[in-house]
Amino acid sequence: MSHLLEVRDLEVKFALRSGDITAIDGASFTLDPGERMGLVGESGAGKSVTGFAIINLISKPGFISRGSIHFEGNEISAYSPARMRRIRGNRISMIFQDPMMTLNPVYTIGFQMIETLQAHRNISKAQARAIALDKLQKVYIPSPEKRLSQYPHELSGGMRQRIIIAISLLADPAIIIADEPTTALDVTIQAEIMDLLQELCENEKMGLILITHDLGVVSQVTEKIAVMYAGKIIEYGPTETVVHHPVHPYTIGLIGSIPGTIEPGKDLKQIPGMMPTLTNIPPGCAFNPRCELAAEICTQKTPVLEEKQNGIMAACHMK
Amino acid sequence: MTTHQTHLLTVENVDKHFDISGGFLDQLAFKGGVHLEKTTVKAVNNVSLFVNKGETLSVVGESGCGKSTLARVILGLYRPNAGKVFYDGQRIDHLSHEQWLPYRRKMQMIFQDPYASLNPRKTVRQTLEEPLRFHNPKMTAQEAVDKVAYVMEQVGVDPGWIGRYPHEFSGGQRQRISIARGLILDPDFIVADEPVSALDVSIQAQILNLLMDLREKHDLTYLFITHDLSVVRHISSRVAVLYLGTVCELASANDLFESPRHPYTRALLSAIPKVGEKKAKHIKLKGEVPTPVNLPSGCVFHGRCVYARDRCRKEFPPLNELPNGSFVSCHGVEEGWDLN
Repeated sequence: MSHLLEVRDLEVKFALRSGDITAIDGASFTLDPGERMGLVGESGAGKSVTGFAIINLISKPGFISRGSIHFEGNEISAYSPARMRRIRGNRISMIFQDPMMTLNPVYTIGFQMIETLQAHRNISKAQARAIALDKLQKVYIPSPEKRLSQYPHELSGGMRQRIIIAISLLADPAIIIADEPTTALDVTIQAEIMDLLQELCENEKMGLILITHDLGVVSQVTEKIAVMYAGKIIEYGPTETVVHHPVHPYTIGLIGSIPGTIEPGKDLKQIPGMMPTLTNIPPGCAFNPRCELAAEICTQKTPVLEEKQNGIMAACHMK
Repeated sequence: MTTHQTHLLTVENVDKHFDISGGFLDQLAFKGGVHLEKTTVKAVNNVSLFVNKGETLSVVGESGCGKSTLARVILGLYRPNAGKVFYDGQRIDHLSHEQWLPYRRKMQMIFQDPYASLNPRKTVRQTLEEPLRFHNPKMTAQEAVDKVAYVMEQVGVDPGWIGRYPHEFSGGQRQRISIARGLILDPDFIVADEPVSALDVSIQAQILNLLMDLREKHDLTYLFITHDLSVVRHISSRVAVLYLGTVCELASANDLFESPRHPYTRALLSAIPKVGEKKAKHIKLKGEVPTPVNLPSGCVFHGRCVYARDRCRKEFPPLNELPNGSFVSCHGVEEGWDLN
């Protein structure tokens, strides 16, 4: 069976004067219609670059050096910029972290929505406006008519993020990539935005790739999860299983280090040290200097992502 | 909340308003004749709370609720418009700069962003020595270096790196250095303003563990300001929930998380995503947080509260003590309405 999106063995490199560095090293995953996947990891793990790579938004000096991205039956990783523009924002759209930065402050909401629609479809302004109104209603924006003539600064952060979601929905995409969509928002607003995204995926059969560092959010919204560490996917499986029975020592540590998973007042489980920078990845398993299970083989051979227990794939020699 | 003797810190009915009306021309208003109009942000309104010695009081709330302003009022960085602040039984909010100095040694602050709070042109040694030399003019160079090395070791930074600049450290290590700066004068009371929210989870755990260890070792009292409720539950003994500059609930961490009383606290708690739990139904609030420029009449929360009645729109609910020792500011809780 073919998937809506199939990323296989994706490698992204950045060409620096001192040599190429590998930001993503052989990432593989799939997404089906209506499926919600979480891409989790700490800053610098390669989550966002993975998201950008799917819609070919990697700017120089970065480039996709290997691997395939199969979307709706086509290999899109080698598309020309013009061809890619027909997919980006149309079949696959992306929501970014900061709703204050994503909207253009000098144009009204209506202008920005109509512009987006007319860029992808040959329709009149009035038709575009009608679609824009419909999408604003879908994301539960009160008095949508009025919003169309307002400027971004007149709206609150939560409202802006809803507008951005509405914009990303304009062309009825098959996939939404949401890069930390609620990190800049308060918890009560975050909960509302997450409910909204989940509902939209269910109703419209849209695939969602949720990029976040917040395991709590991921475990509530997504069906499967890919944990990244130093550019590699090190654990991949159904969210329920990964969260309750993680396999990779890094995932175990990551979950243990979240306050709320253990009794208040007790020491949090901490992973010693910090994630290596991409220029300085240790040989073998990138996690070995911080891993309590590390043995000799971990410093020599890079583990591959393979089937472990309960349908979880993990990259670890010791499990 | 009257006996300031037993509490290390007492805040009584503090107001802090900021005038944002700008210059003369900005203030001119022509509604019904020409007159001047002032615009003030009411950041903190009638806040009372106390911190016992050795405990961790967390102040939580969403952005713009006045948590950081309250911290700055407590530390004397802002002067309150009304109300009093007592430290160890002494009133401190009205002191002059010189009179404040002895308290500055005892009360220290740790800031949120370790990339912004350390001077990039000073080495760790300069950063840590400056307050030490300032407050202890008689200290010899050797004593100062020893003290700096000791504190660096306490926070888990290799004293061998004493000559390095902040850019040579990672975010977690920088936060350790700013904690060291907070500790260097052996304070009793530390205000930590979102000390871990700029850090990754695995580093966040290291810093939280460090803060808890230090509290035991040095007998510290914390006022912890954060928006992250799972962190709050983990480290605090008591919690104050702030909404629009007003305390809605002040309770022990256990009581607050097990049986929140105020409708806002309940909504806030129901919105925390918990790892490994399928989504619980979160309580949706009506509308959005009003601006602190035009505070709602009566209970500041009434516009968003599903239980609001007439009394809530007219009368400000006082912070009442409940039998279990919690304080709640809500007419509904006071009168025993059905809030489920």
